[in-house]
Amino acid sequence: MTDETDYGPGLLAPYRVLDLTDARGLLCGKMLADLGADLVQVEPPGGSPARKIGPFYKDEPGAERSLFWWAYCANKRGITLDIDTADGAALFRRLVGQADFVIESADPGFMASIGLSYAALQELNPRLVMVSITAFGQDGPYADYTASDIVGMALGGFMHLTGDGDRPPLRVSMPQFYQHGSAAGAAGAMIAHTHRQLTGEGQHVDVSCQQAVARTLAHAPQYWDLEQTILRRMGAYRESAGGTFTRINWPCKDGYVNFQPGGGTAGAARSVRSMLAWMTEEGMGSPELDAVNWEELGYGTARADIMEQTVAAVAPFFMTHTRNELADGALERRILLFPVATPSDILAHRQLAARDYYDRIEHEDIGETVTYPGHFVKDLNDPSRVGIRRRAPRIGEHNREILGGELGLNERDLARLTELGVV
Amino acid sequence: MAHLPLEGLKVLDFCWVPVGPMTTKYLSEYGATVLRVESGKRPETLRRAGPFAGGESGVNRSGYFANYNANKYGLSIDMSHPDAPGLILRIAEWADVVTENFTPGTLERWGLGYDELSRVNPRVVLFSASMLGRGGPMQTQPGFGAVLSSLAGYTNIIGWPDRGPVNPYGAYTDFVCPKFAVSAILAAVDRQRATGRGTHLDMSQLETSLHFGGPMLLDAGVNGREPELVGNRHPSASPHGAYPCAPDANGEADRWIAIAAFNDEQWAALRDEVSADGFTDIASGEFRTFRVRKAHEDKLDGIIADWTVKHDRHELMRRLQAVGVPAGVVNDTRDLFEDPQLRHREHFTWLDHPEMGPYATDYTETQLSLTPGRLDRPAPLLGQDTEYALREIVGLSEAEYRELAEAGALE
Repeated sequence: MTDETDYGPGLLAPYRVLDLTDARGLLCGKMLADLGADLVQVEPPGGSPARKIGPFYKDEPGAERSLFWWAYCANKRGITLDIDTADGAALFRRLVGQADFVIESADPGFMASIGLSYAALQELNPRLVMVSITAFGQDGPYADYTASDIVGMALGGFMHLTGDGDRPPLRVSMPQFYQHGSAAGAAGAMIAHTHRQLTGEGQHVDVSCQQAVARTLAHAPQYWDLEQTILRRMGAYRESAGGTFTRINWPCKDGYVNFQPGGGTAGAARSVRSMLAWMTEEGMGSPELDAVNWEELGYGTARADIMEQTVAAVAPFFMTHTRNELADGALERRILLFPVATPSDILAHRQLAARDYYDRIEHEDIGETVTYPGHFVKDLNDPSRVGIRRRAPRIGEHNREILGGELGLNERDLARLTELGVV
Repeated sequence: MAHLPLEGLKVLDFCWVPVGPMTTKYLSEYGATVLRVESGKRPETLRRAGPFAGGESGVNRSGYFANYNANKYGLSIDMSHPDAPGLILRIAEWADVVTENFTPGTLERWGLGYDELSRVNPRVVLFSASMLGRGGPMQTQPGFGAVLSSLAGYTNIIGWPDRGPVNPYGAYTDFVCPKFAVSAILAAVDRQRATGRGTHLDMSQLETSLHFGGPMLLDAGVNGREPELVGNRHPSASPHGAYPCAPDANGEADRWIAIAAFNDEQWAALRDEVSADGFTDIASGEFRTFRVRKAHEDKLDGIIADWTVKHDRHELMRRLQAVGVPAGVVNDTRDLFEDPQLRHREHFTWLDHPEMGPYATDYTETQLSLTPGRLDRPAPLLGQDTEYALREIVGLSEAEYRELAEAGALE
């Protein structure tokens, strides 16, 4: 048994991850790194193509200014290595011998084409867990399809259910498709890791982002399976089953709020009662709605006539308050209401501040301290085990430390490899 | 049959509504023994949520519940009964992991907080998830994923500029968090196995969900940017949208295809396909470069829609993919069951449920080469496994079990 202090900081401190991913898979390794793993991002010489993705620091594009890169490569160290060359692949193989995880997001078949398939890497390290994140998985009829975020969100079933009923389906206007698969990749990596720690056997984890998105659709697929009902997008409303629906999104004085009137458990009926009481307090009450038996209605559902009455009474009330006034009042009264938050609302959120959520990380190279989303889970026995510890690496920042320090390359080797374009 | 990777992992599971049960379904699919504790007197929300088998409601008929609770053992314990805390501590001695997503303070009120659990079992990993995390001024704020998606900034960036924002479908953040939760739980289990020490993990659904929007928050922080509604537009692609297609063989008219062009090659290939069918306006100078396409994007979208609406969406997807253009049909929920790729991956499997009959449940998106997951037991009927789990798994004697049952603690 290892002593707690020998285990090191971070839940996954003893483990080394080699991360070959591009924009599609960066979050997977980031999650393991946030949990404390030692993560080495391997970029092609000149830097990862993900560095070209905006937004950029002060809106000026540049390989060291991509906020996408900063967000998803914090906590990582970085080396450059052209694994597509014989010298580069050889160095990579040496790193694999010492690694616990490899994560990659290349098109299916690419890793095998350069001699770095799982089978080949496992020969070097039978304990290795390798995670491959692709749009559709390693094989199958769509395996070679090109998928951007919108294509994936369409094929995963998300878009058909999102947006206004009389307009085209919508995506979330920041990338989600590969993030779902990347996050699932971290879960899969840890499942395979648990097995490896018991048996010594490594394995390959093949992630489909399409499946990951199809698993975000709540009970909608089951509605087709069990009741042959196709749920549809309804804008501010939401359909739960044929004939029952609820309004969720409402304009207020300075923006929007979410409030889902309905019955059943989960505090929903109590929430509606509290809202009706608040309206009455301010002289905008509705005796008809007070008379509805909210406690007997199903979860998240209300009949059309009740919904209509609710909209007629509640909508004008919301227009008399700002989203912060409504959110504060809701908190006091235990009403299920949240503001439609903007990024600046989120940065200023008092609950996040109270929980020390944000990590302020120094970018000493530009003389700036930058605020990052922090712990995705808090370890209450030692909050330092999860969170952001370092900024994203600059191109090749840790070449000397890792290729020199660990693999023993001297300055001449490094110079030669740089000249050859390998690092 | 192959050994499952989480075989031997013992989980006492208090989770409810989608986010918690989806988390513990990853564990149960990969072989963990998950004892799902419910109150028979107050069946959990998902048991009362549709859809129901055959459209007929009942606590053992919800497809929502059944999907997320496959492979678990169902125990009924009346948590308000005076014998309940003692029984739970007994199960906690057996468990490696305890999972819960009640409002913070609930376990403590029962005398079952981390202090009490770790006293009987210092190795225990307690995983607590809640809307907004423990501590802070809003820890008891009630909520669920549907509205939390708005607090986490998603709703604010979905919608048409001339309308207003709309929520992402479903309790969206409920389906973001389980992947983070499983990673964290198994990291704590790894440490537990190495050091013999447990811990208490505290997940705020809001905090976790914000990790899907990291660049947006950095952009607000360092550049002061507030995003605007853009429909399906994309700052570095044109065109980029969902376009109408011809009705399908079932007469279904709500048919769409997503198409994007991120570079000159993709644009040229798309332009040639559209133009070859006679929509030659697309080859005009006003769309020649990315910059000018952006300036005339409404017109461009109109031409593409005139083209797509004449075609079957699958035919278009094949055609555009064949020339390297990112394109994908907008699947509705029926389509998901027929999608050839999802079928190839065996995304859905059917379990035979004693009351519901066969029902669809989804496999994880992660396929493990050596130890693939297995879904082979339908979700439990309410309280179905109470006796078996307490006696055969936890190890209560027959007399102990009888006493609890007769006292009414197992309802």
